[in-house]
Amino acid sequence: MLSRVAENIYWMCRYIERAESIVRVVSVNANVQLDLPKGVAPGWKPLIDVLGANTVFEARYREYGERQVVRFLLGDRDSSSSVRCCLMSARENCRTVRDILPREAWQYLTELQLYVEDNLQAGLTRKGRYEFLDRIIRGCQMTLGLLGSVMTRDVGYQFLRLGRNLERADMTTRFIDMRLTVPQSKKRLDPTVIGTVQWVNVLESLSAYQMFRRKMQARVQREHVLWFLFMDDEFPRSFMHCLNAVEESLGTLDNNRPCLLAVRQVIKDLDQTDVQNLDTATLGVLVDRLQRGLMDVHATVARMYFLPPVEAA
Amino acid sequence: MPVNLKDYPATDFFDETLERPNRSRSHATGLARLLRTLNDDELAARQASAELAIKEMGITFSVYSEDEGTIDRAWPFDILPRIIPKDEWDRVEAGLIQRARALNHFIDDIYHEQRIVTAGIFPPEVLAKSKNFRPQCVGVSPPLGVWAHICGSDLVRDRDGTLYVLEDNLRVPSGVSYMLENRLVTKRVFPELFDRYAPLPVDGYAAQLYDTLCQLCPRRTEHPEIAVLTPGIYNSAYFEHAYLAQQMGCELVEGRDLFVDDDDCVYMHTVSGPQRVDVIYRRIDDDFIDPDTFRADSTLGVKGLFRAWKAGNVGLANAPGAGVADDKVVYAFVPDFIRFYFDQEPLIPNVPTYRCMFDQERAYVLANLATLVVKPANESGGYGMLMGASASNAERERFARLIRADPRNYIAQPTLGLSTVPTIVEGRIEPRHVDLRPFILSGRTTQVTAGGLTRVALRRGSLVVNSSQGGGSKDTWIVDTEEP
Repeated sequence: MLSRVAENIYWMCRYIERAESIVRVVSVNANVQLDLPKGVAPGWKPLIDVLGANTVFEARYREYGERQVVRFLLGDRDSSSSVRCCLMSARENCRTVRDILPREAWQYLTELQLYVEDNLQAGLTRKGRYEFLDRIIRGCQMTLGLLGSVMTRDVGYQFLRLGRNLERADMTTRFIDMRLTVPQSKKRLDPTVIGTVQWVNVLESLSAYQMFRRKMQARVQREHVLWFLFMDDEFPRSFMHCLNAVEESLGTLDNNRPCLLAVRQVIKDLDQTDVQNLDTATLGVLVDRLQRGLMDVHATVARMYFLPPVEAA
Repeated sequence: MPVNLKDYPATDFFDETLERPNRSRSHATGLARLLRTLNDDELAARQASAELAIKEMGITFSVYSEDEGTIDRAWPFDILPRIIPKDEWDRVEAGLIQRARALNHFIDDIYHEQRIVTAGIFPPEVLAKSKNFRPQCVGVSPPLGVWAHICGSDLVRDRDGTLYVLEDNLRVPSGVSYMLENRLVTKRVFPELFDRYAPLPVDGYAAQLYDTLCQLCPRRTEHPEIAVLTPGIYNSAYFEHAYLAQQMGCELVEGRDLFVDDDDCVYMHTVSGPQRVDVIYRRIDDDFIDPDTFRADSTLGVKGLFRAWKAGNVGLANAPGAGVADDKVVYAFVPDFIRFYFDQEPLIPNVPTYRCMFDQERAYVLANLATLVVKPANESGGYGMLMGASASNAERERFARLIRADPRNYIAQPTLGLSTVPTIVEGRIEPRHVDLRPFILSGRTTQVTAGGLTRVALRRGSLVVNSSQGGGSKDTWIVDTEEP
């Protein structure tokens, strides 16, 4: 398979997955604002923080209000942290590999992009937001579901899987990271209540709440959530599950040694860490380390399989 | 209301289907009979079903617009086929084979001994000013001595019914995918007509193209690695590039997918590492295929591709430099090529062509601008032309100045009355002008598509058939009228 084609499939999938994640985190954050008292609710800035989009955001807006952040995350034209851009990029990546993917993939992505363009203004209002976000999530899942159900399990599929799982693993760490920044409040509130609300929302952001309840049969507590989201190999959005899938996909490719080494390094790191009992500061350090590990896996995959960067003339 | 051919307007153009209103030509009686059994609504429904099929099949062409960037448009298609009797086509086919062979002889000669120049038949000054003559190709001998493996020659029928060659496209002719898809659509729309007519099939093209390309493989191998090289998704013919790659089961590559290594062989970047490429069907113009040899600012091509081709390590179709014969002045000499190389008379005539480089012919052109069509040597798609009959005085004067300043760059032809074919326009059947582009494949043998792509000018009275300027297309049927 051509390197360019593999790369396009990989990025298409990453962008669909990313769009869905951003939609989800916006949706959940909107809920959490309603669940927590004013002054305790973390506001909207953490969303921009975890996506590392502060510089771009601040070039556009002066304050991190709900209106600004939501507008940025859903509708910005240029930032790779916006749903609109992710879907546009997903479609552009799909365009040149249309003939390799099931025909409907292109059609679904086109429809989804048109929907976003046509309904963005309504989606930015509080009233229209729920339906807008829900339609996008459905569109993303329909596309990924289609690809998963009809694509031949060839090399192209492995790159699809690589893109999806690396993006998921990355987003999982980012969502965990977001909840580590609990705002200090002068009001006296039961910290366990706030904690619970926040961790429930992390789980919701990852569509993990229901699965967590079934699996853990426990109250939503920090240590259980951390274990579940980092270590549980059965939940498809847990970090460990994603990395195992990445390792499995890489295992089917030629010349995979450097990539396998990179991904095994991350797996080993996590295996040797007692995630449940880490204090907040150490957990923050771990998250940073894991994200760097994922970047390293991506860079190695790109170096081994994608088109070499164009030489400067 | 039943479909009515009685009101079909009589014109002084040759109509391919009707001899006069309500009287079909003998090869078209079956079509006319079918139309009489349909009413307007049924006809409209068939056109609508064709449009739906085109949408579903994703048959598009790309148009660039200032506001929207590149957009994919559904391919405009008219369901009424254009029918050509087989005995006529047999003569056309022989003429096209003769012509393609002569063109390849000419190109090969030009890059070697230039016998035709020495013999005083082809003026050296035409060559000296040829935009598409590539000095880098001098002395190169591509496999089989063939340079233009894929040629699209445009045919037009004048008022008297004679078919002429209007031009030869030897660089990167496009349209063949639409010819193939048009047939598929027509099968869905008019299945009953196929029982009556059994038009010659066209669907062997991809396999023939594949075989032709295989003949250019520099290695002895069972399965040559063939790639279609496209400028990318923003090219107006990208649909066709992707389509042909898919039909031939080979890779569709862009310049950045390929590289030439120190061994002067071409490789593509794959996820399993570099993989050698044997033959490239390139759909990028010479100018852009290799920044090392041609335009240095090209980002579409592959550095070193020309070097690899010259070394005989990769087959290129068409060969670089083949465009030297794709020049409207060179065109005017093609009948002479046929006489010179084969000692035969051309089987299909050229449109009478005045070459402004010759004093006498130029004087005629300048005196008759109001009735002539003036064309620059190296433009395509109908750009830079003067339609003398409809142009303003100022326009004609501008062209007179252009011609005097650079006579070598212009030819002139009489205004042709392109033939018409019944076409559905807003629910009515009206005559519209057409041309025909058959495709000729040259390798060990020379093969012609059965028919080709009929392009139709959808605007009333218009002679412009280009899809970018309001043109559409029709399925073209070669039918054996001898059979019952």
